[in-house]
Amino acid sequence: MIGARIERREDHRLLTGQGKFLDDLDMPGVFEAAFLRSPHGHARILGIDVNAALDLPGVIGVFTGEDIRPMMKPLPAKVAHPDLQEIPRLPMALDAVHHAGEPVAVVVAISRYVAEDAVDLIDVDYEVLPAISSTAAALAPGAPLAHEGARDNIAVHVVQRAGDPDAAIASAPHVLSETFRVTRGGGHSMECRAVAARFDTATGQLVVWDSTQAPHYARNALANLYDMPEDDIRLIAPADVGGGFGPKAQFYGEEAVVPWVAMQLGQPVKWIEDRQENFVAAMMERTQVHRVQVAFDDDGMLLALKDVFEHDQGAYVAGLQVPMITLSTVPGQYKIPNIHTELYSCYTNMVPTSSVRGAGRPQAVVAMERMMDRIAEYLGTDPAEVRRRNLIQPDEFPYKTGLLFRDGSPQSYDSGDYPELLRGVLERAGYDAWRTRQEQVRAQGRLIGIGIACYVEGCGLGPYEGAKARLTNRGEVLVTLAAAPQGQGYETVYAQIASAAMGLDMRYIRVVTGDTGRIPFGQGTFASRITATAGPAVLQACRALRDRIFHTAAIMLKIEGENFIFRGDRVTVPHDESVAVTLQQVTQVANVGKHGITLLRGVQPGLETSSYFAPEQAAYASGTHAAVVEVDPETGRIEILKYVIGHDCGTVINPLLVDGQVLGGFAAGIGNAMYEEQFYDDAAQPLTTSYLDFSLPSSAEVPPVELFHVQSPSPLNPLGAKGAGEGGTIPAPAAIANAVEDALRPFGARINELPVTPSRVIDAIEGGGS
Amino acid sequence: MEPDPVTRRATHVVHLTVNGEDRGGVAEARTSLADFLRRELGLTGTHLGCEQGVCGACTIIVDGAAVRSCLMLAAAASGAVVETVEGLADGGELSPLQRAFRRHHAVQCGFCTSGFLMSITAALRDGPVETEDQARDVLSGNICRCTGYAGMVKAVLEASAETS
Repeated sequence: MIGARIERREDHRLLTGQGKFLDDLDMPGVFEAAFLRSPHGHARILGIDVNAALDLPGVIGVFTGEDIRPMMKPLPAKVAHPDLQEIPRLPMALDAVHHAGEPVAVVVAISRYVAEDAVDLIDVDYEVLPAISSTAAALAPGAPLAHEGARDNIAVHVVQRAGDPDAAIASAPHVLSETFRVTRGGGHSMECRAVAARFDTATGQLVVWDSTQAPHYARNALANLYDMPEDDIRLIAPADVGGGFGPKAQFYGEEAVVPWVAMQLGQPVKWIEDRQENFVAAMMERTQVHRVQVAFDDDGMLLALKDVFEHDQGAYVAGLQVPMITLSTVPGQYKIPNIHTELYSCYTNMVPTSSVRGAGRPQAVVAMERMMDRIAEYLGTDPAEVRRRNLIQPDEFPYKTGLLFRDGSPQSYDSGDYPELLRGVLERAGYDAWRTRQEQVRAQGRLIGIGIACYVEGCGLGPYEGAKARLTNRGEVLVTLAAAPQGQGYETVYAQIASAAMGLDMRYIRVVTGDTGRIPFGQGTFASRITATAGPAVLQACRALRDRIFHTAAIMLKIEGENFIFRGDRVTVPHDESVAVTLQQVTQVANVGKHGITLLRGVQPGLETSSYFAPEQAAYASGTHAAVVEVDPETGRIEILKYVIGHDCGTVINPLLVDGQVLGGFAAGIGNAMYEEQFYDDAAQPLTTSYLDFSLPSSAEVPPVELFHVQSPSPLNPLGAKGAGEGGTIPAPAAIANAVEDALRPFGARINELPVTPSRVIDAIEGGGS
Repeated sequence: MEPDPVTRRATHVVHLTVNGEDRGGVAEARTSLADFLRRELGLTGTHLGCEQGVCGACTIIVDGAAVRSCLMLAAAASGAVVETVEGLADGGELSPLQRAFRRHHAVQCGFCTSGFLMSITAALRDGPVETEDQARDVLSGNICRCTGYAGMVKAVLEASAETS
């Protein structure tokens, strides 16, 4: 089962229009909500008049920040730091707004149409304040404050050091410096966010449906805000959530407001975010400015790395995970004895940022891998060779970089084979042949470039993930995951793992996910962590359930000391399969029972097991990408001629699904590399709020990929699994930028800003830099 | 038609043939065809990804042509013959295109899937799709954020070969 290419159980319902996305759920009597959002990047709220909205026929209720004061507490940062200048992030604005799109009021009405009509009737008196729309503006001397009363616009300043980077740089034979900019994009799950809630007065239970990546995290946030016991809130991530990619792993004001107003009104309420809202209210990521120095010797051996970067945190700190990940991702696959990474995380008046597929890693890889190419260029050495010389070797694991990872532990790479990834990528790309061809076509005025990018991805993060296994009344094994999927195929993958753990055919195993009413504790789907955490939990829970089923069967069959096996749904012994009980018979004895009748001696009733797996530290997946591009110097158009991905996520559970993760991640990486860019003007007004002016890659833009796997099992969990969700994304921007600059080398052009758009290519050709 | 008793807004009766069945309901003039299908007729397989006519998730077939149901008004569609994702399978039996999608893992979250299936279904009626470039062209009017399109390209080519 482990390693089998199995088609998904989820697909039939999704292919026939029977999916169960939140807005597809039938909720009789549900009212619909719409939010009034700030039109300004930064403003004081002087007054709000909701009377006209309340008078509109069909409106059930209107709530401003003042109206929800009883639950108005700041939403804490997911990842904090002792030095964080924390500014309260409230569920809805009270007396000021700090980004265009911030929720100011909510209308509940008989339909979304009426709710939106009423939103237009709310009159807010704003006093507009100066706004910050870049990290440069945030850090400028005398800059206006993104938040009135703040110390400055710096959320946190963090330095990490290993070795003695200053001395190493001062004494190095060669030092190169450069500045790189990576720009905001978004998660852009095709289903936007969604929340619905119903308070059941009979049971006192609040049921919340939330298209979230992290149901238990959201449940805990609500329990805290509402001061309710966790058992009184059942938070369900529907079986089908239409993509996540990071933004849905955060907790938002809307998620707090919608259930609250449902309780206040005593009526079920749902809110379905539309795309325009998603552009101004769902968290984004990526903007960082890196000032990088690399020191190296005559052979291109790295002596020191210094990377000081600015991170656009947006209007609030929902969590510092992204820049904290960047801080330790820069060194990547290379042995660097002296490292200095330094973060200036800045408050701006733009949509708050948090993790988007890649989560701080693509930017780090841009900083490192662009400099590897510059070293090669400076020394006149092949860029693949410069990389090869500096790679951490397979016999050097566990390898400590000297930095701390975002999980709080010293960064220690658990396993990998970086030389094999590079070798495999170069071979499959036909690297040497392309270098020859590059020379040949240059003579004809054609510009072909080759770019390589390597990365290491901290993934499989703690603290833990949980699973339950139970033999149901129907004689099936029910595996309950705390984690919730957004297209990763959990119902299939975890049935595979359970099947492998039990030696039981998958057809007798069913998987359910993402419901805090079914399993009390969990963390969520983010940071490419679930296979490496929930996977072992399922493995352990199912092994324990198998042992308990076999124990019960032994008593029922009155045989001891036998090795039991499953044959179909029967528990039997290998040498005589006529000796058997069915799972149905086992559950009748041990779980269903007979009222008042003494149980068979020795049977332990209640065939249910649970396991919470806590990895001792993050696992480290890795990969290497190679891109061959041709650039048209007249139009700036970039054509990808060849793209190869070498990927190492440890043990591959289902190659069909892992390939899907990598190739889907790659499409997002191509978006980051060449297309996706969120623009704001100087007043922090978003200028890209629809897919008419924000480009997501379609099938015409995403090229074919040759993908291969190297499997270096992680020693940190019994499956040997690492994360596969982000490796396709992480190095793509660096690989494309390297390839384009390589193509433009005859011009001495510099590609220092991403995405690499045609206009930036032309600017680079004309100006020798971008 | 009487105005809506609560909102007092004018309403219209809409009659459609949907997946071969006569269906009818009431809609305001501004009600989109997508909302009408989903809310009035309960056909929730058609999804709304942007309501700006770009992502293609809401694509259905109206009188033989693939259209964005978020950009069409229900009242304007009255009398039309409409096909949605719910009509693609023959009973429990998946169509060749649906089977190919499953075989090639062309579905992940599945939110955009209905729109892709309807766009491709309309395209395949116009003629076979025989090359990867043609397949990419057929798919390029819809956005998928999960799969990277590789499985869909294979699925379109296989389904075309099987049905033409």
